[in-house]
Amino acid sequence: MIRILSGNEAAARGAWEAGAVVASAYPGTPSTEILEEFARLPGVYAEWATNEKVAVDVAIGAAYAGRRAFASMKHVGLNVAADAFMYASMTGSEAGLVIITADDPGMHSSQNEQDNRTFAKFARVPCLEPADSQEAKDLMIAAFDLSEQFDTPVLYRMTTRICHSSSPVKLGHRTERPVSQERFPRNPAKYVMVPAHARVRHPLIEERVRKLAEFAEAFPGNRIELREARLGIITAGVAYQYAREVFPQASVLKLGMTWPLPAQLIRRFAASVERLIVLEELDPFIEEAVRLLGIAAEGKSIFPRIGELDPRIVREAALAAGLLPPSARVPVPQVDVGPLPVRPPVLCPGCPHRSTFYVLNKLKVPVMGDIGCYSLGLTPPLSAMHTIGCMGAGISVAHGAAKAGNRERQVAVIGDSTFFHTGLPALLNVVYNQSPVITIIMDNRVTAMTGHQDNPGTGRTAQGKAAPVIEIEPIVRALGVQHVKTIAAYDVEAIERTLKEFMRLDQPAVLITREPCALLPEARAHWHTLAVAEEKCNGCGLCFRLGCPAILKSDALDERYRRPKALIDSTLCTGCGVCAEICPREAIGDAPARPA
Amino acid sequence: MREVINFLLVGVGGQGTILASNVLVNVGLAAGYQVKQAEVHGMSQRGGSVISHVRWGRAIYAPLIAAGEVDVYLAFEKAEALRHLNQLRRGALAIINLRAIKPVTVTSGGEPYPDDDRLYAAVAQVTDKAVYIDAGTIALGLGNVRVENAVLLGALSALMEREGWIGLEILPDEWIVQITQRVPARYAALNRQAFEAGRWEVGRA
Repeated sequence: MIRILSGNEAAARGAWEAGAVVASAYPGTPSTEILEEFARLPGVYAEWATNEKVAVDVAIGAAYAGRRAFASMKHVGLNVAADAFMYASMTGSEAGLVIITADDPGMHSSQNEQDNRTFAKFARVPCLEPADSQEAKDLMIAAFDLSEQFDTPVLYRMTTRICHSSSPVKLGHRTERPVSQERFPRNPAKYVMVPAHARVRHPLIEERVRKLAEFAEAFPGNRIELREARLGIITAGVAYQYAREVFPQASVLKLGMTWPLPAQLIRRFAASVERLIVLEELDPFIEEAVRLLGIAAEGKSIFPRIGELDPRIVREAALAAGLLPPSARVPVPQVDVGPLPVRPPVLCPGCPHRSTFYVLNKLKVPVMGDIGCYSLGLTPPLSAMHTIGCMGAGISVAHGAAKAGNRERQVAVIGDSTFFHTGLPALLNVVYNQSPVITIIMDNRVTAMTGHQDNPGTGRTAQGKAAPVIEIEPIVRALGVQHVKTIAAYDVEAIERTLKEFMRLDQPAVLITREPCALLPEARAHWHTLAVAEEKCNGCGLCFRLGCPAILKSDALDERYRRPKALIDSTLCTGCGVCAEICPREAIGDAPARPA
Repeated sequence: MREVINFLLVGVGGQGTILASNVLVNVGLAAGYQVKQAEVHGMSQRGGSVISHVRWGRAIYAPLIAAGEVDVYLAFEKAEALRHLNQLRRGALAIINLRAIKPVTVTSGGEPYPDDDRLYAAVAQVTDKAVYIDAGTIALGLGNVRVENAVLLGALSALMEREGWIGLEILPDEWIVQITQRVPARYAALNRQAFEAGRWEVGRA
């Protein structure tokens, strides 16, 4: 049966067909749908872990126990999980273990565009890279086989374009794998990485790399497609598709395994073509390895190292380098379409984060942020976000600034899911080392930005089972924070009052603003529409400072001040009431019922 | 059958562009084409730009369409229609929805929103095969603005037939099957009506 699947769906399907039974992941674009899809398939266990390191440890434990397992994450998730990933390379496992990294060339939704193929070399484990959805499935099955054959975790590297593109996939059946042993292995020499054992393991790991390189020579995922000899292209992943699109006549060495590389195959290919180029996204990872073999190859001297490739970028670069005749140029219309309004991502109408950023903007304090919807507190007119680095960073960055003697009052903002992710140890550090950081935990009861995944606060698991609802305030108190308040997130006055009160203290304090994400079904059930009483509004513009997409500038002007009055878009308003609360003229209230 | 047909769908989050592109890719597959589809939506929440690439062909490699190679343009919103206009091949087919969804940068920030004359003039410089349609109003007239995307798909199918891009290998029923299996059963009839309304609109144009 053929179905159109995204790369993420196909990767999950491949793991399922390979007989994987355990998967753990933390949501992150573009990887999220891998676990979501796997969780829907029969006969498997799938979970949202609290962070990526936890996810990889969980997958390792399952693989030690003799079950095929994977952990999936976005590229920066592997930074969090690196500690676990590195020891897994040292130990290997009893059953297949695959670590999926979804890289984000072009930074569609990320803070950097690190090329995680380097992690494979760093950890001395094989790296597989699919080039479309069919391969995303097939190579996943190969990854589990490879993992068991060589007693190694496999780094399975996807990119945004592979994850989020869809193409036909031939579905296969699941091969059930009997658990490889009943008892948990008692093999300390292999699984207890104390120095004495690790020293014995390291030579075995290097021997494994040598054998993997040998295997790569005949691995069916690495293949030579001989066409014209004039140009030869070594490529992998989605770049293979661009190579085929832009250079249909060129010979291609298509690598499904990008580390370790097959030296003989590369030499053979290089010898069969007149000019050799390497086409790859981001780092010159293959190119540098080819050069180390003493083979002349061009790559980043032609194609960009920064950003995502597409057929046009590849073609333009090839034209500039003389790889294509000028006749290959495709004309592009150069129509002047005039100025267009930008459509930046903004906090949704009714977003429970908006009120807090409105207050923070008013208080003019430095705000150290985190990764999530609340990152959008950066955007004007809220403009209340001054650093964002990675998950969990804000609290410690604020602590560091405070300890450095910065006299402003440092505020950290973090979400519920990211608090569970890496906020906990950071907050504990603030308490232990005593800095007067004010931490605001924006608890909207869900992992919102990646599409409403469950987390320890939601009371539901990734597979829809009931789970204990973890409340944040008791955790914060248990960490030793003396000053803690939980406030309904739409209560602007209480948020402002509490923050001012905390600012008078010289101790760690935590404000939890709580309200379900406005897009959750339980919130939607309360949606209603507000309206502006035009005769009361004098166009003061305070409500515009909320940056709510539902609040418009009316064509009607205030007679005295000649400024536009406010107007509420009834199709967007959710009735959160924040604008009504801050309106000094009490001009905003429930919309009159529509005449029947 | 054509060698390659490249479709670019552009709109705003919540307009049903992704569903429309899922329909399109499956219609192509059913007609015997190789197909690929890519969604480009980055950090867009509700109200952000949504771009979807759909490709049909005898052999399809890249999931993304190169600028200047869009054969069929389906624009769900006016400012978005202008924004991606320079991606089109000259003479491309275009269905443009006369719907304005003003971003917050316009509604409270004071950025200008393009007027219709600018849209018509710019599009006319790229192609004379554009059809403008007020799918939102048609959908609302049928009872639910959310079937706007089915109206646009109906219009697209009719325009492609009229211009000879598709023939008997793709009958209107195939589109309807692909649409109705992706919507709740209670909306199937409404979506069929919307699709037919879109077809009729192009027949009239």
